[in-house]
Amino acid sequence: MIHVLKPGLLTTVQDLGRLGYQQYGVVVGGALDGFAARVANLIVGNDDNAALLELAQTGPDLRFDRETLVAWGGADFGAMIGNEPLPCDRAVRVAAGETIRFGLAKSGLRAWLAVAGGIDVPLVMGSRSTYRRAGLGGHEGRALKAGDDLHAFAPSDWATQILTALRTGQKRATTWTVRPGTMGRPAAAGVVRALRGPECSWFTLEAQKAFFSAEWTATKEADRMGVRLAGPVLARRQEGEMVSSAVNAGVVQVPAAGQPIVLLPSRQSVGGYPRLAAVAAVDLRRFTQLRPGDKVRFEEITLAVAHDLYLARERDLSRVRTGLARLTG
Amino acid sequence: MRFTPLGDNALMLEVGDVIDEPTHRRVQEAWRALAAAPLPGVTELVPAYTTVTLFYDPLLAVQAGAPATDIADWLTVQVEERLKHPPKMEKVKIRTVEIPVCYGGEFGPDLALVAKQAKLSPEEVIKRHSKPEYLVYLVGFAPGFPYLGGLPKELETPRHARPRMTVPPGSVGIGGAQTGIYPLATPGGWNLIGRTPEKIFRPAENPPVLLRAGDRVKFKAITPAEFDQREAPP
Repeated sequence: MIHVLKPGLLTTVQDLGRLGYQQYGVVVGGALDGFAARVANLIVGNDDNAALLELAQTGPDLRFDRETLVAWGGADFGAMIGNEPLPCDRAVRVAAGETIRFGLAKSGLRAWLAVAGGIDVPLVMGSRSTYRRAGLGGHEGRALKAGDDLHAFAPSDWATQILTALRTGQKRATTWTVRPGTMGRPAAAGVVRALRGPECSWFTLEAQKAFFSAEWTATKEADRMGVRLAGPVLARRQEGEMVSSAVNAGVVQVPAAGQPIVLLPSRQSVGGYPRLAAVAAVDLRRFTQLRPGDKVRFEEITLAVAHDLYLARERDLSRVRTGLARLTG
Repeated sequence: MRFTPLGDNALMLEVGDVIDEPTHRRVQEAWRALAAAPLPGVTELVPAYTTVTLFYDPLLAVQAGAPATDIADWLTVQVEERLKHPPKMEKVKIRTVEIPVCYGGEFGPDLALVAKQAKLSPEEVIKRHSKPEYLVYLVGFAPGFPYLGGLPKELETPRHARPRMTVPPGSVGIGGAQTGIYPLATPGGWNLIGRTPEKIFRPAENPPVLLRAGDRVKFKAITPAEFDQREAPP
C-alpha cells in the first residue's frame, strides 16, 4: 500500500490515455509525456500502459508499507527518500515503511513516478487515467488527497529479481540508468520541430513566417489541455469560421486574437480554430515542462522527417527494452 | 475527397466543406466503411462535420508494411482502397431519441431572454424548439455533447459575452445557430432554456453516450414534477 501523506498540487494517476472514445467526445488524456511514462514503466518492469503517478509543480509525500521498486524522472523535484536524494532514471528500492518526499519543481513542471506492478485502479473505458472534468478514472476520478491509499499490482518476475539483487547487495538503486533526458527532463531553451497544419494557408505569409521564426513565450494560461503562447500577432489572410474538425495533441490552434495555443493530451476531441501547425510527436513533451516566461521557437520540418524522428525514438526505446531484459540486477 | 496530414500521427479525410445533411451522410458512410474492419496502423477514427480523421501510430503502420519514408501516402492508398470496396455493412437504422426537457424557470434561466430577442412568448419558444427533428452532426466538446442541426432560424441567439462559470449537467442551450445539451457541469456561454433529467454521458455503458452522430433528436416538454420524478433514483 502507498499512503499519501501530502498530495502535492496536482498528482494524478495516469496511463497512456483513453483510446477509441473520441468519437463520443471523451478526451484521450493520459500522461502528458507518454514517452516518459513508458520509460518509467519499463525501468520497473511494467507494461508500457501501466498506471503511474504524474506530478505537477509540487510533488507528493508517499509512504510505502511494502518493499518495492520505483522509477521516476522528469522535472527536478528535489526528491528525497529518507535523508538521501532519490536517484532518477533508474530502478530504486524502497524498503517497507520508507517515505519518498517530492518538493517543488526547480525547473520544468512535471515528473512521472512508476511503481513496480503499476497502480491498481479500475479500468474505465479501457483506461486507468484520471479524467477530472468527468470525475472518472484514476483514483476516484480526481487528483490525490492526503490520506488516500493506493495499491499496486504484483510486480513482474523481472522486477522481483532486480529488487532481490538490490536487497542482497544492500544497494539503494541500480547502477545502470536510462540516458538522462529520456524521461522528459526539461531541455534548455531550444527549438521545437513542427509541421504545417491544415489551415496554415489561412494566415498571411508574414504570419506563417513569424510563427516559424519568432521567439514565443509560454504564458500562465496552461493546463493539461494546452499551453497558450505569446508573441507576434498572427494575422489571417481571410476571415471566416472554420468548420469544427478533429484536433490532436500537438496541434497549434490560433484563435481570433492571433496568439497560438499548443494542444496537449487532455485537449477536446474537436476544435473550431484554424490549425496553423502541429508539433512533431517527439518534441511535444517540451510543452509539458514549460513554465510561464519560458521561450520556444518552432522549426518547420516535413512529415517524412517527423516520421523518421518518431521511428528512431521507437528504435531507441526498443534497444533499451532489450538491454534491460538481459539484466538481472 | 481530399487527404491532409494533421501532424505526424493523424490523417484527415475531407469529404466536403459545408455543414449540411448530404455531407453528413458522406462522412457517416466513410466512417462506417473505415470502422467496419481495422485498418493497419490506425488507432482511432474521429468523424466531424466534413471530415473523418484517422489517428495512426507510424510504427504500427511500418510494421504493417508501410515504407518508412512514405507512411501517409501508403495509408492514403489503404483508405482509398477501403472506400472503393467497402465491406458489407448492416443497413443503418436511423434512431430517433426523445429527450424530455423541463423548459424555463430555474431549469432554463435564459428562456425569457431568448423569447425577447425572438419577439415570441416563452410558450411559443418552447413550442418551436421542441417541434423539429434535430440531426446529431457530431459528438464532441464534452463527453456526449451533441452538435445538433435544425434549430429554427428565429430562435438563434448569440452566446453570452461572459460565459457562466458552471452550467448544470443536462442543461439545454442555444448558442448562435446551434442547440445542444451539456452532459457535465462545465463553464458555458450558451443561453440555457431548459434541462433534461436524462443522462447524456453514461460512462458505465457502451457506448458511453445517449446520443451518437447520425441520430435524430426530438425534445419533449415536461413539467417540473415530471422532471423530479425522472431524475429521482430508482
